[in-house]
Amino acid sequence: MPQDYELPDLDIAWCPGCGNFGILTLLKKALAELSIEPRQLVIASGIGQAAKTPHYLKSHVFNGLHGRALPAATAIKAGNPQLTVIAQGGDGDMYGEGGNHFLHAIRRNPDLTHLVHDNMVYGLTKGQASPTSQPGFVTPLQVDGVCQEPFNPLSVAIALNASFVARIYVGAVAHAVTVLKAALRHHGYALVDILQPCVSFNRLNTYEWFEEHCYFLEEGHDPEDRQAAFARACETERLPLGIFYRDSKRKTFEEHLAAYRHDSRPLYQRSPNTGRLHELINDKRLN
Amino acid sequence: MSMSSEYRWETNVNMVLAGAAGQGIQTIEQGVTRLLKQAGFHVFATKEYMSRIRGGSNSTQIRIASHPIAAPLDRIDLFIPLDEAAFIRYSPRLTSASLVLGDRSRLPSHPGLVDMPLAALAEKAGDSRYANSVAIGAVMGLLGVCPNLMNDFLCQRYVDQPEKVIEGNQAAATAGYEAGRNLVENGRVQIALQSSPGVSNDLLLNGSEAVGLGALAGGCNFISSYPMSPATAVLTFLARQAADFGLVVDQAEDEIAAVNMALGAWFAGARGLVSTSGGGFDLMAEGLSLAGMIESPLVVHLAQRPGPATGLPTRTEQGDLLLALHSGHGEFPRLLLAPGGLQEAFALTRQAFHLADKYQVPVIILTDQFLVDSFGNIPDLDIIDLQVKHHFIKSEADYARYQVTASGISPRALPGYGEGMVCLDSDEHDESGHISEDLALRRTMTEKRLRKGGELLNDAIAPKLLGSSDYHTLVIGWGSTCHVLREALETLGEQPVAGLHFSQVYPLPPQSEQWLLRAEQLVVVECNATGQFADLLEQAAGCRIDHRILKYDGLPFTVEDLVARLRAALDLPDQTDQEGGI
Repeated sequence: MPQDYELPDLDIAWCPGCGNFGILTLLKKALAELSIEPRQLVIASGIGQAAKTPHYLKSHVFNGLHGRALPAATAIKAGNPQLTVIAQGGDGDMYGEGGNHFLHAIRRNPDLTHLVHDNMVYGLTKGQASPTSQPGFVTPLQVDGVCQEPFNPLSVAIALNASFVARIYVGAVAHAVTVLKAALRHHGYALVDILQPCVSFNRLNTYEWFEEHCYFLEEGHDPEDRQAAFARACETERLPLGIFYRDSKRKTFEEHLAAYRHDSRPLYQRSPNTGRLHELINDKRLN
Repeated sequence: MSMSSEYRWETNVNMVLAGAAGQGIQTIEQGVTRLLKQAGFHVFATKEYMSRIRGGSNSTQIRIASHPIAAPLDRIDLFIPLDEAAFIRYSPRLTSASLVLGDRSRLPSHPGLVDMPLAALAEKAGDSRYANSVAIGAVMGLLGVCPNLMNDFLCQRYVDQPEKVIEGNQAAATAGYEAGRNLVENGRVQIALQSSPGVSNDLLLNGSEAVGLGALAGGCNFISSYPMSPATAVLTFLARQAADFGLVVDQAEDEIAAVNMALGAWFAGARGLVSTSGGGFDLMAEGLSLAGMIESPLVVHLAQRPGPATGLPTRTEQGDLLLALHSGHGEFPRLLLAPGGLQEAFALTRQAFHLADKYQVPVIILTDQFLVDSFGNIPDLDIIDLQVKHHFIKSEADYARYQVTASGISPRALPGYGEGMVCLDSDEHDESGHISEDLALRRTMTEKRLRKGGELLNDAIAPKLLGSSDYHTLVIGWGSTCHVLREALETLGEQPVAGLHFSQVYPLPPQSEQWLLRAEQLVVVECNATGQFADLLEQAAGCRIDHRILKYDGLPFTVEDLVARLRAALDLPDQTDQEGGI
């Protein structure tokens, strides 16, 4: 039940009407429908309004540094593969400050779900451009409008052969829950770019704008077709929603680790191999 | 030619073997140290190499003795240059007492040069590239080591090579052996060095291996790092142990990822380590601060090299003490350990995991290129009671991660172990770990975190007195200067001068005060340009440091150098004849 994730006496720091409320609801619904127990769920996040999300639902929380949720989340999963791990944050957090980790997390393919709240603006620092802001977007800092090419997380992820790449819009609830569930069930790294408006600082990409510009990938789209997925991800006039790409054959980071080759227990349940340590030390006698 | 011995080696021989990168200096170092240890000599080797893959000039300095040794010497008793560049590089350190073995036709003239055409002998044995085996043979011949040991070593060293490579190297080594033997038999070199049978059973390892083994003994089961000299060897050592020790090893995309991964690993219940050097550590500063805020254990191996910036990537310095002390914004407790040698590198790395876990603080182990790259024999490592004591708990449903306690240490639970929820936040937070801007709570939480710094003193590692407690002058060192300081003081032999070595440099162990107060004169010896530990002592212990003996040319202190500088600083009469003194 979504209520299983409710926390009492919340003082939520989001603005009224913020897309984050919708994302929180979607996430609780998807988790509940998959019966993922809060006790088995870890959400790692960075800094920003989106990164506060784990404080507003019942889960274990690693609310670390700006941009650094993915390294922490990767290690949490590698330390205890029995946990369900989500890395969550905004577009600035994940694609800007944490851009390098985004690239390399995809290369590792840890079994985690990467949720990026993408509102094309910086909220907590009050309205500067984000890596996904549209060209021409005027802000207190980009006074002549954004002149940089927007970062396209989906095409980057597909180029790196990410094992699951999807986009949802917070306003398309049923579709979003379905995709979120598929991402959570996916074995490997799963990116879900979540379009949402920022009601305080983005007067361009509003609810209405998203309604007009978003459409669902048709049923015939084959997520196993990487070329097609890449082409769809490169569309910028109108923004497709859905599962763009999936490569279920990739082994996960944890499956490659020698530590789990013969032992599936989480690391905290283990003790050092003292017999082998004695041998290693005695090998240094070199006789 | 005089019939009396031209070279008499008493209790110590200090040899330098040098050549271009790619000429097999590393094999020489491995072979000579290992074989001489097997033959019962105490050995100590340090490397010097240039930051490139081939060419340049590499050397190994191998000291052997009848007694335990762990410090480099300046003088050269035996020099084997494999090329002219090596000869030119080391010629300023040669004296009339130095024996040089090399190819007369390729080297500048030197009074101590005895013709030993390494390349020609190697070529005769099959390939001029076997010159390094000729050099190994020459040393073994001089010291009368059983040639079978040498042949066995070469067999193992080239086990994956064709038979003719093994045989060629053995023939080359035999040629070198005979040449070396001749010098002893014809009386030109006389060796009084005694071997001790027990030594052959000693361990022979370098500082990186000691740190790596210490990490394994400390229960380390997660390492994430970005390669950087001279810290990489710890990462590669542990990578080889991944399967046997259930160790997660990751080469991170950068040091920022490395430290955040280590923190994630501790959160999940693993014991995480990062190994880095100054520049990489700089990138970890925010992660270190995060460890302070979320009260996560963390172990950092910081292998120092000369900075600023890229500095001298393959040389040594103790220049990052104050960086380690002050790195990371905000105020939070930390522990800085600085092993003095191989045994401490093992013991303190192991202890670092225990203390990080117990006090939920970052522990930084400060080594340096000199320590991690030097080899030596030691009887054993401290491996009594290898059980790891974990400090995490199984949580109850009402668990609060940051419960305020008298000691400041809150019981640490793990996600998925117990009924409670574990919430960490880099923002200021309440007892449950959720964001809070309650400013009274801010004070409470700051004080709680800082209380752990006081608690840390309960496990402080006292400084070690070197020499008699009846001193008026105290010469202070920290980290890798321990053994050179000890030997320099022994050589000095001045009764009222003693040494004090710190292997815990922060927080200052409470035991320090009694030693510092008793001295009339304080001298600090360290391998940096400003005297960082001296500054720390003045600030933290309120004492005045009378002399700072500093070295910052990228090389470690040698015994002779330190003795001379101590004499000058303490105004002691110069001792001109030190021959045989060391």
